[in-house]
Amino acid sequence: MMMKKMLAGVLLAGALATGAQAASLKMAYDADPVSLDPHEQLSGGTLQMSHMVFDPLVRWTQDLEFEPRIAEKWERLDEVTVRFHLRKGVKFHSGNDMTSKDVKWTFDRLMSSPDFKAIFEPFSDMKVVDDYTVDLITKRPFPLVLNSATYIFPMDSAFYEGTDDKGQPKNLLKKHADTYASRNESGTGPFRVVERQQGVKVVFDRFEDYWDKKSPGNVDEIVMTPIKEAPTRVAALLSGDVDFIAPVPPTDHKRLKGTDGSDLITMPGTRVITFQLNQDRVEAFKDKRVRQAFAYAINNEGIVKKIMKGFGTAAGQQGPKGYAGYVEDLKPRYDLKKAKALMKEAGYEDGFSITMMAPNNRYVNDAKIAQAAASMLAKINVKVDLKTMPKAQYWPEFDKRAADVMMIGWHADTEDSANFTEYLTACPNAETGWGQYNSGNYCNPEVDALVKAAGSETDLARRADMLQKVEKTLYDEAAFIPLHWQNLAWGASSKAGISKVVNVLDMPYLGDLVVNN
Amino acid sequence: MFAFLARRLLQALIVMFVISLISFSIQDNLGDPLRELVGQSVSEAQRQELRDELGLNDPFLVQYGRFLKGAVQGDLGQSYFFKEPALEVILAKLPATLELVFGATLLIIVVSIPAGVYAAIRPHSFLTKMIMGWSILGISIPVFLTAIFGIYLFSIELGWLPSYGRGELVHVWGSWESGYLSWDGFLHLIMPCFALASIMLPLFIRLIRSEMVETLSTEYVKFAKAKGLKKTRIYFLHALKNTMLPVVTVGGVQIGTMVAYTILTETVFQWPGMGFLFLEAVNRVDTPLIVAYLIVVGAIFVVVNTLVDLIYGLINPTVRLAGGDK
Repeated sequence: MMMKKMLAGVLLAGALATGAQAASLKMAYDADPVSLDPHEQLSGGTLQMSHMVFDPLVRWTQDLEFEPRIAEKWERLDEVTVRFHLRKGVKFHSGNDMTSKDVKWTFDRLMSSPDFKAIFEPFSDMKVVDDYTVDLITKRPFPLVLNSATYIFPMDSAFYEGTDDKGQPKNLLKKHADTYASRNESGTGPFRVVERQQGVKVVFDRFEDYWDKKSPGNVDEIVMTPIKEAPTRVAALLSGDVDFIAPVPPTDHKRLKGTDGSDLITMPGTRVITFQLNQDRVEAFKDKRVRQAFAYAINNEGIVKKIMKGFGTAAGQQGPKGYAGYVEDLKPRYDLKKAKALMKEAGYEDGFSITMMAPNNRYVNDAKIAQAAASMLAKINVKVDLKTMPKAQYWPEFDKRAADVMMIGWHADTEDSANFTEYLTACPNAETGWGQYNSGNYCNPEVDALVKAAGSETDLARRADMLQKVEKTLYDEAAFIPLHWQNLAWGASSKAGISKVVNVLDMPYLGDLVVNN
Repeated sequence: MFAFLARRLLQALIVMFVISLISFSIQDNLGDPLRELVGQSVSEAQRQELRDELGLNDPFLVQYGRFLKGAVQGDLGQSYFFKEPALEVILAKLPATLELVFGATLLIIVVSIPAGVYAAIRPHSFLTKMIMGWSILGISIPVFLTAIFGIYLFSIELGWLPSYGRGELVHVWGSWESGYLSWDGFLHLIMPCFALASIMLPLFIRLIRSEMVETLSTEYVKFAKAKGLKKTRIYFLHALKNTMLPVVTVGGVQIGTMVAYTILTETVFQWPGMGFLFLEAVNRVDTPLIVAYLIVVGAIFVVVNTLVDLIYGLINPTVRLAGGDK
């Protein structure tokens, strides 16, 4: 009797562990992945696809910790070497076994990819130790080895060997070409691509030999449709035509929250939106006080409240909370009186005229934010000639530094504070690529030196100190005008447990998704 | 007849040549295609390298010459996004758009003729006032509003119709997969077709009504009435036939315009047709695709107008096609 009860208990536990019954998921993003080649374009879409079809060495958890995936564990051997122990028994979609040979092959391919090269610049080599051990070697002591390892999604080296029917090598990595790797995949991820009509839909099937047997995920089929128009995307969710959508525009948040059967999941994001004041174009911007006056004049908390409808976090610095360089005291600093006083002090009491440019389809409410900022600047007698345009036309203008004030948003590919400065506020330097998006031409060699030192500081506490010092300096000198960090939002039918698989990187781990029927 | 078609063909070629020249010369103002192809951290030097590889740094005439050389052989360039010949991409999406236009046209014909004729015959009835009032409303509401309202009412609130896409398709021939042959596909067609028709429908009702009113006051209709012919015969055979002449002319032009309106309708309904493709191509600065789309649409305009001229000759035998029979 006792025995029987126990057996029943074990069986029940087993049934619970295997989770709910297999389910299918229909989802809609605003766009579908450009390519099945994970190295072709460094973009949100590609990484979302990579997490479904491939699997990285390590990945971020919701709390921004590292979680072992293909790499079971790792250890630092010396200043420049980190050893990764790979999981055994991992199979590719083709049926091949995954070994360190594949990881090394993938690493080499990443090093040759124009888009990913920048992330892997600090690395010199990957050495194969044995079938399931690899050493990642950096050129100098480098603190962000694991951050970079989240970008290594092992590809099946045997599968991409040889030439395709057009005579091109199967491993060819080319942007605008019909390559084998852009249409065929063999990764280790939870899903295989079974059908793909670009711009119409992608159908994914669960990979029956997926290594992660402990994953609670029970979705065995995903149909992903791109729905470009936000109202249509929301309507598709509300009418039950799809179960999961992203992104959700701020205007529809209330509606999703108020509808039975559908959930809204939001999270503070990591993409910062800023204005840059071009010191080469406007003499007045060379004066720290004028830049500070601008920072004091723009009510970014008001912008978040009124224009973003609370869908953002007003910012006083570049990196968001949780990043190494974040300083609690650097708050948004709207103070019109102070702004006016600073303008007077600098001798610009009567103001001046400037030009401003912003995109109108790149960031959430970008054009509206620029308009609001322009009218706020009018209060310190700065006349703004604002021009907004689609992003396709905006970027060439940005490259030309075509206006005195330009809007730019930034998300650090490394999920690290230093990246913001390297691209946005470091002295522009064509050789190193630093300051590539610094249209303000702000240049402070001290800041550069600190960020550079942080780049090879493996003592994380000391490194954080350096990066915090950078943020403080940038704040004091008003190197740029911070607006806010955009939030993230997903909408889902209540039966899909989306909140457990989404993260601040906006790369839902759909392999672990549980859908209750 | 043959000379007529030959001349039309020549005209079509000229039209397409001019379109290609114009669309080619504006492409620099559309934005930088490279930006859409690479990630944010790619350096300017690397972008220049890619630009060289794509031939985007060549002088205008060199680029255009290369394009023309390909175009003569039926190659309008390779889409950056789809990585396939631009013409193939567009032709693959053509059936979806044509099915939409076909459905909308059918709706317009079936609704506008009876409604227009009725409004002409009974100008003071309540129903006429309803029709005319509604048509004012229809003509002044933009199509995306009609579409979004339709989605809200029929998909979300009532749950009768699907909100986006083409649904289940039945393969017919080549790249043509039809939505008319399955129930699910048909349901998906209803709202987009109505939305697209809603722009043109009021125009046609008003056109048919005013033409009909005019025809009804002509001598031969009065004579027919005096002669004691059956009213339905007068209205629908004698009068309607003459009413249709201007309607067909306008209709031909408007069907072409409708292809353009599919851009909005398709975008709202995520309809995987040519119009949506074009808007996406503009967003992504997929210039080969943009140029190819404009050329294809130009060709459609010419073909439709040629057909209209031919039909015109059938309806009204007094019209001779220029250069036609003696």
